[in-house]
Amino acid sequence: MATVRLAPVLRSSVGGSKQVTAQGDNLTEILADLYQRFPALKEQIQPEESLSRFINVYVNDQDVRYLQGLETSVGPNDTVILLPAMAGGR
Amino acid sequence: MGDASREIMRQARKQISEWTPSQVHEALANQHEARQDEQEIVLVDVREKLEWNEGHIPGAIHVPRGYLELQIEEAVPDKSKTVVLYCAGGVRSLMAGATLKQMGYANPISMSGGFGSWKGSGLPFVQPRTMSEAQAKRYSRHLLVPEVGEQGQFKLLDSRVLLIGAGGLGSPAAFYLAAAGVGTIGIIDADVVEESNLQRQILHNTQRVGQYKAESARQTIEALNPDVKVITYIERLDESNVARIIADYDVILDGTDNFPTRYILNDAALIANKPVVHGSVFRFEGQLTVFKPYEGPCYRCLYPEPPPPALAPSCAEAGVLGVLPGIIGLLQATETIKLLLGIGEPLVGRLMTYDALAGEFSELHLFRDPNCPACGEHGHPEDLPTYADVCAMPVRS
Repeated sequence: MATVRLAPVLRSSVGGSKQVTAQGDNLTEILADLYQRFPALKEQIQPEESLSRFINVYVNDQDVRYLQGLETSVGPNDTVILLPAMAGGR
Repeated sequence: MGDASREIMRQARKQISEWTPSQVHEALANQHEARQDEQEIVLVDVREKLEWNEGHIPGAIHVPRGYLELQIEEAVPDKSKTVVLYCAGGVRSLMAGATLKQMGYANPISMSGGFGSWKGSGLPFVQPRTMSEAQAKRYSRHLLVPEVGEQGQFKLLDSRVLLIGAGGLGSPAAFYLAAAGVGTIGIIDADVVEESNLQRQILHNTQRVGQYKAESARQTIEALNPDVKVITYIERLDESNVARIIADYDVILDGTDNFPTRYILNDAALIANKPVVHGSVFRFEGQLTVFKPYEGPCYRCLYPEPPPPALAPSCAEAGVLGVLPGIIGLLQATETIKLLLGIGEPLVGRLMTYDALAGEFSELHLFRDPNCPACGEHGHPEDLPTYADVCAMPVRS
């Protein structure tokens, strides 16, 4: 099972957890597993076919846009990070 | 000079060659063409600091004779080089030459007649920029750091940094940049100080509630360091003023609280080719990176679009642990100083995140998007949406 870490704004969609595990061999499968258990995540991360343009997804520390996108393979020891844009500075 | 002194001089003359100022000048001119690391002659001024400050030979290294044994090996590590020493009249340099010989330097030379004779022959000299006594004391801990030193401190004093916002991130950043002696600090902020700001915005205080933040920031900074010139802009950054305001600055520190300003700033900074040190905070977590135009990704490479209002925490008064912007703002200040001094590895193409509850820093790799609408090959940063409707309601910080 891969580890999925969520940015604070996404945590309410998974019952407040900072980190969950998910099953799958690539990013599409990992996300499908998450959406099944936490349906609210889908609207934020992938409302349509592609990933939202304001959320960056990293496998380990690499942006999947520069790996194989949704086809990026994810091993059981990998960490997926879901990181939306943050603006707060005040 | 007593007999013993004369004897020391006589012994020194036996082992150390002397060159006249015009011989030194000629030798330096002949090697002028060579690359610095290939140059065979190193010129060392062994006079006291005050004498050096009144004028020295261009290109000379300053190692006062009192520190010669302690500092020369760091200043001139290659002992095979010809080391030309000079003082005011040619006596101290001769004795310094004998010391270098003892330390294993192959060819120390003393310039006869010293700087006085050099100057008297009409040869060129420079008067270095000097620090006031107060500055030398204030920045003494910087002067001791080789990567900063006196030249670095002058660089900081000549630098201009613009802070977007005098809030949670801007407060600690401005405070420490001012302490470090960044000579000009611009602050743009149209808000006034509110009581709810004081949990983290340490530039302000209880007496200043109701004052413009930019003005309050000015008072705090000027009280801390009179070397710093503060320029305030009591306005909001928008398309109409951004180019004019950022034009005068070397580095921009982004401590805003909303997406439209971040996009407006990104595009204008690309056009003006100014680095932006970016930071943001939310509850217990913060992130920062450096957007250096065309060397690394820009904000639009990272986030091509802002989130919808429901997912944009800045619009929703999400709350933040008061010390967190202190940490992220100071990391921004640190990156700013690195950029100004040109030292270290700036956080270009790397996003650093900090999770206060976990006590964890992590780093994510960022890439420049070749198809970025702002900085990509066919990008047009002057003509992009800035999503002003994302935070249509004014944000209360």
